Parts: sequence; structure tokens; C-alpha cells
Amino acid sequence: MAVTRQIHPLDKHLRLERIPTLYCPGCGLGIALGALLRALDKRISEGAINPDKVLWVGGIGCSSRMVFYVNYDAAHVIHGRAIPFALGAVLANPDLLAIVTGGDGDIAGIGGNHLIHAARRNIDMIVLMFTNFVYAMTGGQVAPTTPRGVSTTTTPRGNPEYPVNAVKLVGSLNANYVARASVTTPHYIEQFFYKALGMRGFRFIEVVSTCPEIYGRHIGLRDPVEMYSELRKRIKYKHKPSLEEAEIDWERGIVIGEFVERSNPSLIEILKGVRS
Amino acid sequence: MKKTFASGNMAIAEGALTAGLKFYAGYPITPSSEIMEYLAEKLPEYGGVLIQMEDEIASINAVIGASWAGAKAMTATSGPGFSLMAEAIGLATITETPLVVVNVMRAGPSTGVPTKTSQSDVLQARWMSHGDYIVPIYSPWSVQEAYDLTIKAFNTAELLRTPVVVLSDAVIAHLWEPLTLMERGEVEVISRKTPGDPTGEPYPPYKPDPDLVPPMPLFGRGFKVLVESLIHDERGFYSPRDDGYRSLVKRISLKVLKRLDYVYEQDARFTEDADVLLVSYGSTARSTYLATIELRKQGVKAGFLRLKTLWPLDDDRIRKTSNARKIIVVENNIGKIYLDIDRIFKDREVYPSPVLSLELPTPRDVLEAVEPWL
Repeated sequence: MAVTRQIHPLDKHLRLERIPTLYCPGCGLGIALGALLRALDKRISEGAINPDKVLWVGGIGCSSRMVFYVNYDAAHVIHGRAIPFALGAVLANPDLLAIVTGGDGDIAGIGGNHLIHAARRNIDMIVLMFTNFVYAMTGGQVAPTTPRGVSTTTTPRGNPEYPVNAVKLVGSLNANYVARASVTTPHYIEQFFYKALGMRGFRFIEVVSTCPEIYGRHIGLRDPVEMYSELRKRIKYKHKPSLEEAEIDWERGIVIGEFVERSNPSLIEILKGVRS
Repeated sequence: MKKTFASGNMAIAEGALTAGLKFYAGYPITPSSEIMEYLAEKLPEYGGVLIQMEDEIASINAVIGASWAGAKAMTATSGPGFSLMAEAIGLATITETPLVVVNVMRAGPSTGVPTKTSQSDVLQARWMSHGDYIVPIYSPWSVQEAYDLTIKAFNTAELLRTPVVVLSDAVIAHLWEPLTLMERGEVEVISRKTPGDPTGEPYPPYKPDPDLVPPMPLFGRGFKVLVESLIHDERGFYSPRDDGYRSLVKRISLKVLKRLDYVYEQDARFTEDADVLLVSYGSTARSTYLATIELRKQGVKAGFLRLKTLWPLDDDRIRKTSNARKIIVVENNIGKIYLDIDRIFKDREVYPSPVLSLELPTPRDVLEAVEPWL
């Protein structure tokens, strides 16, 4: 019997020969990627974005690998350096629309300095940081976002350190857009990314994700459905919350929403002399 | 053609402009900073962009991104910054990204002596990143050659789709000499080959031509190119199998060796009748050359070989340069290129003559270092 493949409306955005992805069952990244592609598809079909000019850049980690599943110009570079690579590309060709994807370790850990300075510069790019609270690809080591007390393979007696709040960090700089969504709210991922795609300057979206396979083991939520449900309980959407409200805490809750929306001149606008 | 008076750092910047530089990213470090300062003034007039990044790691990664966006791109630094660029040099080799890195050598290890010269990075520049690859290295001995070899470095990078290193040093950097600048058209300027327009079919960005160099599909032109740091097949897809790994890693080295005739340059003088051959390079070769002349005045049949390319070496050509019985390698480090010369002339007497000096070694320093072997 001939098998016919169901055509999915987002297929044209994917390198189908590379599907299925390497993501574990229950990983939140598939939900996130679907939401991102719906937003991008909408912008392209509205004629606002030329798909030939879209460039995806990822460092190292599960979410960085998103870039080789999408059917666009893409670069899978070295750990933590996706932001400077993308910066070089957009400065050399300002027609490019750079989308950086990476985990909390790649973007806020090893690449943290680049994140700070890219936001300070308000350089034209969108950075999508997927927070799963752990170094997953390497097997479950502590991340800069891991909550205090959590036992990981490198903090077997519990994490003694305080985690970083990337939304507050980036929001304190000169970024034009700072938002946070969750894989339990894919409509917000889509909505925020759609908005970011229409803006200039540095745009940062943190997407809180589920990693039952690795992080779930550490916190006793190994079952994907259970982990998803537990995350969903903690997510609190707020309409235009302040940066002070940008809580990301497993006990007290995780606030999502659009924290910062500015229209400051971007670095490329300044260099081109369009704005000063 | 225009005659001027310039420092080595200015000459490198001018060479880059002549070669068609369009993107520069860097971080201040002595003794290389004037290259960035000079280009900050001039590059915008040439339609290019310069940015001072947060560190050298960001600088080299931005240069790689800019190169894929179509710009001829470079960065310049010195020892500590060069060490920070190690990982990204590897990224540039495996993604076959044309770019130029200038390392204005200063004394090390570590912070060393920032304002003083050295030639101690000559082996680091070869193998600074992990993995297997060949990065061509050029070493100028004058202001004019800092200009000429920077153009050559860009040409090599563009011809072979590879990162190329220019190893200058603190002496060349701040030396002022007459410089002849060339206009576009007066000097060969090579640009990377790119594929024709996209056909709609997936384009394999790593499929080589017979010269082993793949045409480079740039960002933004509809190729849906995948720049991949993992070991990859011709499509850029991760491929952890022996056959693909071997063919890729061998090809990125072989494509350089295949054009050794283009990449390798040397300068040989008084070699026909030489009993003793002095081998040197970079700023130290200036004094080695004067020492050679002095030795000839004293009746010693001394010859002079200066390596302009420090990697890859053309072993055959070096061997055929001279029949000298004794070969003495004069360099401002603990004796590094000596290891190659000893290997190449394995049937002769080869001696190291390291001149560890924070200033340019004088001809007298060189004579004293060479004398024990004569």
C-alpha cells in the first residue's frame, strides 16, 4: 500500500530531510519551534519579510540545533558565540534578519558577555533564549538559571548559587524588546515573536521550556505530561508587566509577558544615518 | 601607485583596504591597536564597517559571520587576544570561511611584555585550534612587505576559502619606512568564487570543485545555506561517519597544499656559493641579512634564506635553495622554525640560533648567536 505523506502547512519552513529532530520525547522545543514558524509564516505571507533574507544562527545545545531544522540560511556555530556571529553578518549585510536561538547555558552562561553588549548596542537581531534550567545536551549539569538547592550532576549536594534572571538583565540595558513566554503558552510565543519580527534593534524573548528527560530527573518530574502540567501551574501572564515583576521562580511562580517595548534607534539605523 | 611614509601597522591596514576589506571587528591590544584606529578613520570611506567588540572572541566570530554575509573581513590582535581566538579559527577552517587574522607578536607567555617584540607565536599560529587543518601564515620583514603580504593574505584566503594569519611583530608594527601603495588594478586582487543564482534545488555549500575549493553561497541570496561547525557532508549536514570525516578533513588541508606554489614564498640571497646558510624570517631577518653581509666581508661564504610564508612550508623548494653544509636558524624565540629546518635538511648540519631579545636583535647580536656554529 502506498504511503502518502501528510503535508503540514509549516513544512515549507523545514529541512524535511532532517526531520525527525533529535529532541527527546516530551521536550518543549518542538512546541516552541511550531509557534515561531507560525509567526514567521504570517509575516512572510503578509509580505513583510523576504524569506531569502532570514538568517538563523545557533551556538551549541539542544535549542541551538533548531537552526539546522529550518529551511533558511543558517549557521550552527560554536558554543556561546551565535550573537557575535549574527552581529557580523547583519553589519556586513543590513538586509539580513538575524534570529539567534540558544539555551540558557549558551546565551546567558558562556555567551553572557555577548548578550549584555548586544543589548547595550541595540544591534538589530532577535535572540530567542530557551530556558530549561539545566545543561541538558551534556547530561544534566548546573546552569546559570538552575534554581538554588536543585541537585544536578555537578551540584550533587544542591545548587549553592543564585540563578540569573535574563529578562531583568537584558531589560536593564538598551534592548528594544524584552519578553518572556512559556512552551505551555505557545500562543504567546507566536504573538511575541510576530511582534519582534516587525521591530528594529535588539529583541530578546525568553521561552521557558520543559526538559523532562534531564531536568525532570533532577526535580522528580520525569513524566513529560506531569512536567508540562507543573510548569503550566506556575506560569502567570501579566499584561505589560514591569521588570520588577519579572519573577522566574519555581516556588513563587514564573511571570510571562512583554516587559520592555522601546523604539530606540538601532545600531544599524545609527550607522546608516537613518536615526541618531 | 602612490609613495608614502608609514608604519607597519598602517601598512597592514592599507593592504587590507587595497585587497577590498569591508568588515573589521577588533578589540584594543598593544602593539596592534593602530591597525583598528587607522581603519576606524578610513574603512567607512571605502564603504566598509568597523566595530570594536567586547573581546577578541566576539571579534573573530563577528568576522566569520561578516564573511558569510559577503564581506572581505579581518581582525588584528596580539598574543593574549590571539589565544582567545583559537576556537573560532577552527570554526573558520571547518566552515571554509575566508578571513584574515593579524597577530602583531609581543613577548609572552601570558601578558608578557606588551610593548616589546617577539617571534614566539610561530607554532601557535599553526595549530592554535584543536583538530586537523592547515592555516597559511605570512611573516613580513618590512613596512612594504607588511602591505604586500596583507594583500597576499586576503588573496590566499579568498582563493582557498580559508582563514589566513599575518604574523607581524612589535618592531614591524611601529617601524616607519617608505611605502608604495597600489591602486585597484595595479595589483592582483582575488575574490572568492560564488555559485550562480539559486535554482530552487537545495545547494550543497561544501561540494568542492576540482581545485577542492567549493564555491561560497553567501547569506541572503536564497541558497538556504547551512554553515556547520560539526563535521558535515557536502550539504552541511552533520555526518559522524569515518568516510565523510576523512574526506572533509583531508580536503581542507589538501586544498591548501595543492596550491603550495601560490601560498609559499621565500627570499633567498647569496645562496649559490654558500657554505653556511642563515635562515630567518620577520623582523629578525633584517639583522640576519646584515649579519650575512658582514660574514661575507669577513670571508665566510654565508647565504641568506628568509621565509615569507611560515606555514605551510615548501620542503622541496627550501631544500633546493642551497647546498650549504651548515644551516643556522636565527629567530627571536627558543628555537621553533629550527625544528622544521632541521627536518627538511636532515642530511646537513642544522643549528638553532635563538636570539631571545625584547628589542630587535642587532646584527652584532645575530653574529654572536651564530658564531659558535661557524
